[in-house]
Amino acid sequence: MSEQIPIHKGLFTWPSSRPQLLGSRCKQCGETAFPAQVDCRSCSGRDTEVVELGDRGTLWTWTIQTFMPKQPYHSDETEASFRPYGVGYVEMPGGVRVEARLEPSTREQLAIGMPMQLNIVPFRTDASGNQIMTFSFSAVEEDQAWK
Amino acid sequence: MEVAIIGIGLHRFGRSPDMSGLQQGAAAVRAALADAGLSWKDMQFAYGGSQDAGNADSLVNELGLTSLQFTNIWNGCATGGSSLHAAYSAIKSGQYDLGVVVGFDKHPRGAFNPQPADWGLDDWYGETGLMLTTQFFAMKIQRYMHDHGISEDALVRVSEKAFANGSLTPTAWRQQPLSYADIANSAMVSDPLRKYMFCSPAEGGAALILCNADKARQFTRKPLLLKAAAVRTRHYGSFEVFAPSQAMHVADAPTVTASRMAFELAGIGPEDVDVMQLQDTDSGTEIIHMAENGFCEHGEQEQLLRDGATQIGGRMPVNTDGGCLANGEPVGASGLRQVYEVCVQLRGEGGARQVPNDPAVGYTHVYGAPGVSGVNIITR
Repeated sequence: MSEQIPIHKGLFTWPSSRPQLLGSRCKQCGETAFPAQVDCRSCSGRDTEVVELGDRGTLWTWTIQTFMPKQPYHSDETEASFRPYGVGYVEMPGGVRVEARLEPSTREQLAIGMPMQLNIVPFRTDASGNQIMTFSFSAVEEDQAWK
Repeated sequence: MEVAIIGIGLHRFGRSPDMSGLQQGAAAVRAALADAGLSWKDMQFAYGGSQDAGNADSLVNELGLTSLQFTNIWNGCATGGSSLHAAYSAIKSGQYDLGVVVGFDKHPRGAFNPQPADWGLDDWYGETGLMLTTQFFAMKIQRYMHDHGISEDALVRVSEKAFANGSLTPTAWRQQPLSYADIANSAMVSDPLRKYMFCSPAEGGAALILCNADKARQFTRKPLLLKAAAVRTRHYGSFEVFAPSQAMHVADAPTVTASRMAFELAGIGPEDVDVMQLQDTDSGTEIIHMAENGFCEHGEQEQLLRDGATQIGGRMPVNTDGGCLANGEPVGASGLRQVYEVCVQLRGEGGARQVPNDPAVGYTHVYGAPGVSGVNIITR
C-alpha cells in the first residue's frame, strides 16, 4: 500500500491535521533558522531547540521558475509536462523568512506582502508508489483570511 | 612596499570549441607574459583556479615545469579575486617579487547545476527546485525594486549598455548591440529578469603578472598599482544565494564590507574612482552593486541610468567591456577579466571603448555563491 512520506525528516510536522513548518531557535540570542540546526549561525552558540514556525505568513519576495531545472531537480515531470512554479520567501510568525515553492505561478497572482498559507503536497512518486511530500505556499483565500 | 600589475593577458571569452579550458588559461598566461616582456621561467609563484576545467596547477604541463610554487584557488565567483588577493599578500609579505595569477573555465551550455551537499545543504533543497542562482538574483532584485523604487526600465537600460559596450570590445562574446525593445520584449526567465538580462556560463581565460612595485620599472614604463585587494564573506542576516531561510533583520551584503575595506586600504573613496567593473551576472545585480559598493544611494540608480551616467562617456562608467552580460561567465576567469579591462582603461588602450579624460583610478568587484565578494582598486 502506498504511503505519503516527507521528502526530508524534520522540515514540517507530518502527518498532522494542521501541519506546521519546523525550525530551530537559539536559546542564547533568540534567532530562528530553517531548517532546524543544532548550531546558531547568528551567535555561534550550540544550544538551540526545535520550534514550530507556523502555517501562515506573508510573501517577502518572489519569482517564477519558467524552465525545468537540471539535476539535482528530481520530480516526476518531463520537459513536456513541466509547468512553471513560483518561488518565494515567506515571512513566518516564528521569526524567519522561509524559501518555498509557491502554487500561484503567474506574475498577476503574486505580490509582495500578500498572505500565504502552508500546504503539504505530493511532489513525486517513488519506485514503490509512495507519494513524496514537500511543503509549498498558496494564497490565502478571502474567506479564510479571517479565521 | 606596493604591488604592481606589469602584464595583462586574455584569451577571448565565449566559445573556443577547439581548446580545452586549460589551454585557454595557458593562452592567457602567454599573452600576459608577452605583454610584460617576461617568460614563464621568470615566474616565482602562481595562483590560479577554475570551476569546471581542471586543476590550475596542471598549467605547468603546458607552460613548463620550472618548480615554481603554484597554488590552486577555488572560491566560487570570487575565485579570480581570491587568487589576486593571495598574490597581493605574497608580494606584500616580501617573500616573492614576481608572479602570475590565472583564471580559466569551460562550462557546459545552460544554467549551472550546483549540488546541495557541496554547499552544506540537504538534497531536498535541490530536488524541489529551489537551488538556482537565477531564482535568487530575481528574488533579490524583486525585493530591491519594491523597497527602492527601481522600475523595469532600469533593468533594460543596464542590458542595453552592456551589449552596446560589448559591440565595441573585440574580445567580447556578444558583439551585437541589442535595442531597448529587443531586451524589454525578450522572454521572461525569472520574473522580473528576462533572457537578455542574464549572463550565460561561457569559456575563456585571463591572467595578470604581478610584481614588487619597487622593481616594476625594470620591466615596464607604465606599471599600474594594485592599491587594494579585499575578499569578504557574508554576515548573519545578509540575503544570499542558496539560503533556505533568511533572517528577519537584513544585514549589509558582503560586497559592502569588502568595498569599505578596499577603500580603507587604498586611502580613497568612491568619488575618486574613474572607471569600474561591478559584477553583473544579471542586470539587477549591477543596479544593486552600484549602491552596495558606495557609488550611489539605494534608489538613485533609476535616474543615473536614465541620465547615462554609467555609460562609457558618463560620470561613472560601469562595465566598459560589456561585463558578464556581454562576455559570459567562465567562473574561474571572470574576476580577472574585470581587472584586465580596468588595466586596459587605465593604460588608455581601450580604443573605441576608451573612457575619456585619462582615467587614473579603477575599481573591480565580484560577488558569488554562497555570499562572498572580492574588490580590487587599481591606480596609475
